[in-house]
Amino acid sequence: MSFLDTFFDGAVMAKYLPDLLAALVTTLWLSAAIVIAGLALGLVLACLRTLGRWYLTLPIVAFADISRALPPLVVILVFYFGLPGLGIRLSGPMVLFIVLGGVLAAFAEEIFWAGLTSVPKGQWEAGRATGLSFMQTLFDIALPQAIRLGIPSLVNRALAITKMTALGSVIGVKEILSVSSSAQSFSGSATPLTMAALAYLAIFLPVVIFARLLEKRYT
Amino acid sequence: MSNFIDLFFNLDIMAQAWPLLLKGLIITLKLCAVVILLGLAGGLLLALGALSPRKWLKWPTIGFIDLFRALPPLVVLIFVYSGLPFAGLELTPFMAVVLAFFLNNSAYFAEVFRAGIQSVPKGQPEAAQATGLSQVQSLVHVILPQAIRNVLPDLLSNTVEVVKLTSLASVVSLSELLYSANMARSITYNSSPLVLAALIYLAILWPLVRLISRYQRGLAEH
Amino acid sequence: MLEINQLEKCFGTTQVLKSIDLSVKPGELVFVIGPSGSGKSTMLRCCNRLEEPTSGSILLDSEHVTECHGRALDKMRLKIGMVFQGFHLYPHKSVLANVMLAQVKALKRSKPEAKARAMEMLEHVGLAHKADAMPSELSGGQQQRVAIARALALDPKVMLFDEPTSALDPELVGSVLKVMKQLRQEGMTMLVVSHEMEFAREAADRVVFMDGGVVVEAGPPEDIFGNPKSERLRAFLSRLQPTTAA
Repeated sequence: MSFLDTFFDGAVMAKYLPDLLAALVTTLWLSAAIVIAGLALGLVLACLRTLGRWYLTLPIVAFADISRALPPLVVILVFYFGLPGLGIRLSGPMVLFIVLGGVLAAFAEEIFWAGLTSVPKGQWEAGRATGLSFMQTLFDIALPQAIRLGIPSLVNRALAITKMTALGSVIGVKEILSVSSSAQSFSGSATPLTMAALAYLAIFLPVVIFARLLEKRYT
Repeated sequence: MSNFIDLFFNLDIMAQAWPLLLKGLIITLKLCAVVILLGLAGGLLLALGALSPRKWLKWPTIGFIDLFRALPPLVVLIFVYSGLPFAGLELTPFMAVVLAFFLNNSAYFAEVFRAGIQSVPKGQPEAAQATGLSQVQSLVHVILPQAIRNVLPDLLSNTVEVVKLTSLASVVSLSELLYSANMARSITYNSSPLVLAALIYLAILWPLVRLISRYQRGLAEH
Repeated sequence: MLEINQLEKCFGTTQVLKSIDLSVKPGELVFVIGPSGSGKSTMLRCCNRLEEPTSGSILLDSEHVTECHGRALDKMRLKIGMVFQGFHLYPHKSVLANVMLAQVKALKRSKPEAKARAMEMLEHVGLAHKADAMPSELSGGQQQRVAIARALALDPKVMLFDEPTSALDPELVGSVLKVMKQLRQEGMTMLVVSHEMEFAREAADRVVFMDGGVVVEAGPPEDIFGNPKSERLRAFLSRLQPTTAA
């Protein structure tokens, strides 16, 4: 059997293409949901932290630290296999969404916060001295600068975390990797794995290149 | 509430699972040591390649880096573990994990090293070479020390990611920490071993995560 | 107009301001001089509560600045314009947007109204042609003039200047001082902390000399520069001599 037949078998490709396309759509909408929810939650948490109340800061920092320190797969397994014992039964995609959305929120909160702390004090003073309230200064002056500073890191982090949707294969989410893995064992060919790799490249390579261009513009 | 403690923080079950998890932890630590060292070395070489003035070296290296930044590490792992045997290359789980993560990590470390080297002012290598240092000497003694200091937080946070990444090895039945914990869970029908594994990861990584945050804050104030 | 009574400020255990009394009459330009660390800037920053006074009171048109809180303080600050040493223009907004922001958000002017007012003020400081530029495209002197326009657009009753020319290259200082002189001729009430002694001599109604957190001497510029009474002021002025002579 030649290399091409093993990894690029046309018949196998044709057979599993529809399944894989469906899986690609699943990966895409899961990724979109995770990115939107994660960034939004991260932004809200960073804003709450600027209020400087310990009863807000403490839980936010604890959440951000723990979510950044735990391997997501551990949390996914606990949610998927542990929670049903408490009567909470979440679907695979739901578990993936909650866990990865939460992890992205933790990283995003740290990135937004680092951006906010590097906005010079004079910017806050100029805002307040012209009669803007704390909230107005936060939203119109500090936050736009913080977001701009954080964009390259946010793109990289969002990329790293949406790639983790492949972990869905462990809890039966019908995304690209799980569909191609089962196709590989049914067909006895490595071709579906090649297709999976190509599918991921189609989604993520443009993002990687976009991140490069962004970085060039920002430095 | 007692149900919750029974299911997630059952001390008896944790105690039973402890020896198994300890064995897993040792494999995780071994894996980390190998994967981090290889990733750092590979990353440095790739970074030098990506910064090379020679186009035939530069562009293929950047292509390689971007390829593995775009592919999910689990996909690379499954490809190496289940795909390569079709090409007659059968690897043990440990070797498969090391190879897959080497490819993934060196791409990520390469980006960090590249940013670091680029952050060193151009006058530095020029000054080094003007004082008679060779290109390699100026790299080792002048550029790299400054480059590494400039990207230390990113190097650290990448290292944390690598340690978390090793948990994926459980998917190809390498009996590292998470695999052992999940095994214990399926035997006992209780999630406490998973929680114990989470606590172990937390004990190793939380201090590093704190350090990174503090470092970033310090940089912001300058 | 602006009255500062027994103002004190401590940072931890160090007392930076010790019972400062100072008043600025309508249309007056009061100039504050003194060595660095004498508390001049702190005093100025207490006037709009960027710094919280430890004790004492500050009144603007017999309204207590020191007793305002929350929304009332934001409203009060609209009446007190401030110009910073470091300009602090918003780097992500165009020159025009910088001057419009607080008009729209804090003063609740309509956008066309705020824009017209902003253009008028930019015209005033000679920078109407830069309305669409970003702050990073301007020289330091131009940035500071935009910052002045940003404060003026809110129709303040008094303007505070915190070393407005200290961060500028010498050749750019003149353009900012020119705008300040023009303001004085129009009758703006101004409290200025600065090292520009020439300007003080020429334009100030009164000069206040601060040292060690107290007002040591105050009077018309002729007296302060021509006939200093206290030893500390004489020493301060003689240290400056070489630079002012040059």
